Amino acid sequence: MHRTGELFGQFETMEQQRESASFGMWVFLSTEVLFFGGMFMTYTLNRSTYPDVFGEASRSINLTLGAVNTVVLIASSLTMAMSVWASQVGKKQLLTIFLIATLILGSVFLGIKGIEYHEKFVEHHVPGLNFSFEPGASVATNAHAQLFFSLYFAMTGLHALHMIVGAGLLIWLIRQSMRGRFTPEYSTPVDLIGLYWHFVDIVWIFLFPLLYLIDRH
Amino acid sequence: MSSTPSTTPGNQLPREHYLNATYGIRSWLLTTDHKRIALLYLASVTFFFFIGGAFATMIRIHLLTPSGYLVTPETYNKLFTMHGVAMIFFFLIPSIPAVLGNFLIPLMIGAKDLAFPKINLLSWYIYLVGGSFVLYSFSTGGLDTGWTFYTPLSSVYSNSAVTPAVIGVFINGFSSILTGLNFIVTIHTMRAPGMTWFRLPLFVWAHYATSIIFILGTPVIAITLLLAGLERMFHLGFFNPVLGGDPILFQHLFWFYSHPAVYIMILPAMGVISEIIPTFARKPIFGYTFIAGSSIAIAVIGFFVWAHHMFLTGQSAYAALTFSLLSYLVAIPSAVKVFNWTSTLFKGSISYDTPMLYALGFIGLFLVGGLTGLFLACLGLDIHIHDTYFVVAHFHYIMVGGAVMGYVGGLHFWWPKITGRLYPEFLARIAAVTLFIGFNLTFFPQFILGYLGMPRRYHSYPPEFQVFNVMSTAGASILALGYLLPMIYLVWSMRYGQVAGRNPWPATGLEWQTDSPPLTENFDVTPEVTWEAYDFENRPDLGLDVKGAPTLAPAHGDD
Amino acid sequence: MPLYPEQASNFAPSVDALMVYITAVCLFFAVAITVAVIYFFFKYRRKSASEIGVPIHGDMRLEVTWLVVPALLALTMFAGGAVVYVDFRRSPMDTLDIYVIGKQWMWKAQQPTGLKEINELHVPVGRNVKLIMASEDVIHNFSVPDFRVKMDVMPGHYNTMWFRPTKPGRYHFFCSQYCGTNHALMGGWVTVMKVADYQAWLSGSSSADMNPVVAGEKLFAEKACNTCHLPDGKGRAPSLNGLYEGRVLLADGSTITADDAYIRESILAPAAKVVAGYQPVMPSFQGQLTEEQILALTAYIKSLQSQPVPASGAGVAPAGKK
Repeated sequence: MHRTGELFGQFETMEQQRESASFGMWVFLSTEVLFFGGMFMTYTLNRSTYPDVFGEASRSINLTLGAVNTVVLIASSLTMAMSVWASQVGKKQLLTIFLIATLILGSVFLGIKGIEYHEKFVEHHVPGLNFSFEPGASVATNAHAQLFFSLYFAMTGLHALHMIVGAGLLIWLIRQSMRGRFTPEYSTPVDLIGLYWHFVDIVWIFLFPLLYLIDRH
Repeated sequence: MSSTPSTTPGNQLPREHYLNATYGIRSWLLTTDHKRIALLYLASVTFFFFIGGAFATMIRIHLLTPSGYLVTPETYNKLFTMHGVAMIFFFLIPSIPAVLGNFLIPLMIGAKDLAFPKINLLSWYIYLVGGSFVLYSFSTGGLDTGWTFYTPLSSVYSNSAVTPAVIGVFINGFSSILTGLNFIVTIHTMRAPGMTWFRLPLFVWAHYATSIIFILGTPVIAITLLLAGLERMFHLGFFNPVLGGDPILFQHLFWFYSHPAVYIMILPAMGVISEIIPTFARKPIFGYTFIAGSSIAIAVIGFFVWAHHMFLTGQSAYAALTFSLLSYLVAIPSAVKVFNWTSTLFKGSISYDTPMLYALGFIGLFLVGGLTGLFLACLGLDIHIHDTYFVVAHFHYIMVGGAVMGYVGGLHFWWPKITGRLYPEFLARIAAVTLFIGFNLTFFPQFILGYLGMPRRYHSYPPEFQVFNVMSTAGASILALGYLLPMIYLVWSMRYGQVAGRNPWPATGLEWQTDSPPLTENFDVTPEVTWEAYDFENRPDLGLDVKGAPTLAPAHGDD
Repeated sequence: MPLYPEQASNFAPSVDALMVYITAVCLFFAVAITVAVIYFFFKYRRKSASEIGVPIHGDMRLEVTWLVVPALLALTMFAGGAVVYVDFRRSPMDTLDIYVIGKQWMWKAQQPTGLKEINELHVPVGRNVKLIMASEDVIHNFSVPDFRVKMDVMPGHYNTMWFRPTKPGRYHFFCSQYCGTNHALMGGWVTVMKVADYQAWLSGSSSADMNPVVAGEKLFAEKACNTCHLPDGKGRAPSLNGLYEGRVLLADGSTITADDAYIRESILAPAAKVVAGYQPVMPSFQGQLTEEQILALTAYIKSLQSQPVPASGAGVAPAGKK
């Protein structure tokens, strides 16, 4: 088994290995764009078909928690960027600290998300689990509201799944970092996972206004 | 006339090669050698080919009589659905890329392996997991939605095992994505010194284009099936009009991938043909740049034609006009390829070896399949032939007459490299001709059936359609023979075939500079490329008559 | 052996013309390429084991030619098809409107007067007819090959299509979008009638001097009774052989005699008495048949009294069995 930092057999030079790894991550992220893109498309189409109900449903999700989460995630991107910097200048301790900070912030995000989901569960806004948006309203209104919440859970759920994967990757990264594996010459995993983390953050930057900020008076 | 190998076939295989380098089941199941992974895929796609083929056999037998006597309507509907799902997702899409692409791309560019060998192995395991879910669906109630999973039939009304099937196809998508990712990075970063973009074999260009589609298209089918699966499981309403959803949205999302998917299926086969024809005509391909460029053009334009599957859904006529025009546009690069391949034969030195027979068969059948696409792209005509057997005939001409011929032809062409042995030439030529004849007998009558109005996916049909159905089934029996023969003699040849030597044909690619079969690390020293692709003139190392042409540095790898 | 369906609508000639044109162009290129390939294949066969071909890398003029010429030809195909399609998608103003509902696995049509049909569509020749269609469940497609028209039938919104029949006759229509188990059985007949006959049909009068048994037999087929009530008992509904005045075992355990009233009730309110061993899937024909027609059907069913009763799949027991 190859250990982190060594030249893998199929490559000729470290340069080639680094270039391949980085390019590979960019290609992977482009697939993620298309992956989330399908759902964004679905959401946008439904939003324009049912603007009123979608607006109403949007107003019922917790803006405060969503906003806090946005700040938390942006901050985590900052700490992630700082860890990349730290690895590049060889500050190994700072690297570990920033990675841990990123992990903590990511976990805070997931925790708040959990609270939000719980809120929705209590209010019977989870499709498939005794869903009832407005008991007095028409069947159509409830159906369209259920559409909003289906998309809400599908999109934020998929995003949260990516965050959980990211947290797992961070744990691995922290362990490697604590063993001093990353140097200015070799910090590829930090760079790549950093790219992934920023991408997941950007997805949230699009999710947040689309889901939380439409039709707020 | 058969070709005489330029290097006398060795009496024995090389002492050490990738097949005997390590032993035991673990060394195969945990391999990261792209060549072994290619063989793992060969076994699994062949398995799914049998499954899809078994369903096809039952379909054709059932359709011998108008009222259908073999199976119940429910079973028939499951047969054509499962035939489609097995063949498209688990045979056709992986076939050439995962078998031949995996095996050859590193060899062709002078690399030791792909950029991410472990991810390559992961791709295969993901394929197996996806396949298992689908097999589970097949064996517990089957699937009867059509491979197209149109809603609300699939998400609400069908009583078959839709959810596991959808999960299986979803998971399998990631196998494709990772393969595409691997290929793109490898082709960009791991070419040997001197192997510039325009010296690359056209097989590599074809796979580069295919990989673009893999990574940009597959995620969309993944999310689409995810949403459809969630809809079915939790009674959500994305695509169900009763709950405010839109079934047409499903079709848009579905076809956004599934149309480019057909280019995933044909581009690699075109790449194979582009390798075979120069080799067996012993001259450079005519119009290299145009063939390379047309592969990219097909991949790109192919993303903009998906709604030609939806001309009659009631959408805006303006949208239909746009997609019809673009669909004609995407046909042009394919036409360019056919003209260039034909021109390559002009003033060639042509041998009649089996791979060449497959390549020429491909041209003939792809011609019919591709040209009949022009009929379907024609809006006025599509009103009549949409969802009839005309469509069935069209896509089988391309996918079977084109892609499968390309795959089998490629297997024959590179068989000596993969196994170190030659297949029996005489039997192979008979099989190729049998395949060609059987195929035409099976599917040409279906064009007529379609224009007469016989709809597709029909378990029974009006009696006036019987004659052509019987013709089609008769042809299918011959086609089956054409597939069985190679399976038998290829396996036979692995043990008893004549030892091939490095370059039996000979061909000009880097892969032919290695042993047959190659070492695990392909090249003991990284090659340096100084010659253009398909340059027979300046390759004295091939042992051919190069009448007074200036000789360049001899090909590396010869001892 | 016909290679194309009858031309029975205004669209048929143009669609066939498109077919002929595109076939001709494609045939030209297919033959040209095939001839070239075969010719080169033999003319340039390898003469000696180590011979190579003449290295020709390409020719820009050829490339441009065979890029531009096919592109232009493709444009003509596009244009021809576009014209027909736009005409098809834009219904004229003066149409006779018929509503069509598709559901698993049958078609219901409603004429402008309210008269309903099942798996049948009567239309007058020479008039522009517009079908306004919707589905009650999954996506279907109403297609008439002899007219060269078809259109998806969607749940949740109406799709329309128009045509002008040009020849009286009976023409097959099919469901052309896979819709489940009996997709292949979801078809019927379009009857194109001369205008006067159509008016007559619409107002419910049938040919006065037709033998009621014959009229009933025609109706039995026209209303698709024969798709479920198969004489050999293998259909979804019991065979009607020997039914009249026979004893019928019902799902609730009781038995009754199949007399005229029972037959009439079974046609208009089939769920009232369901035969034992069968699903209550028969649709009601309330409002779709005149009394005269019910009588004709009854007469026909009476005429089946002496037909052999199948061993299984009949409402009555076969002779000699309990």
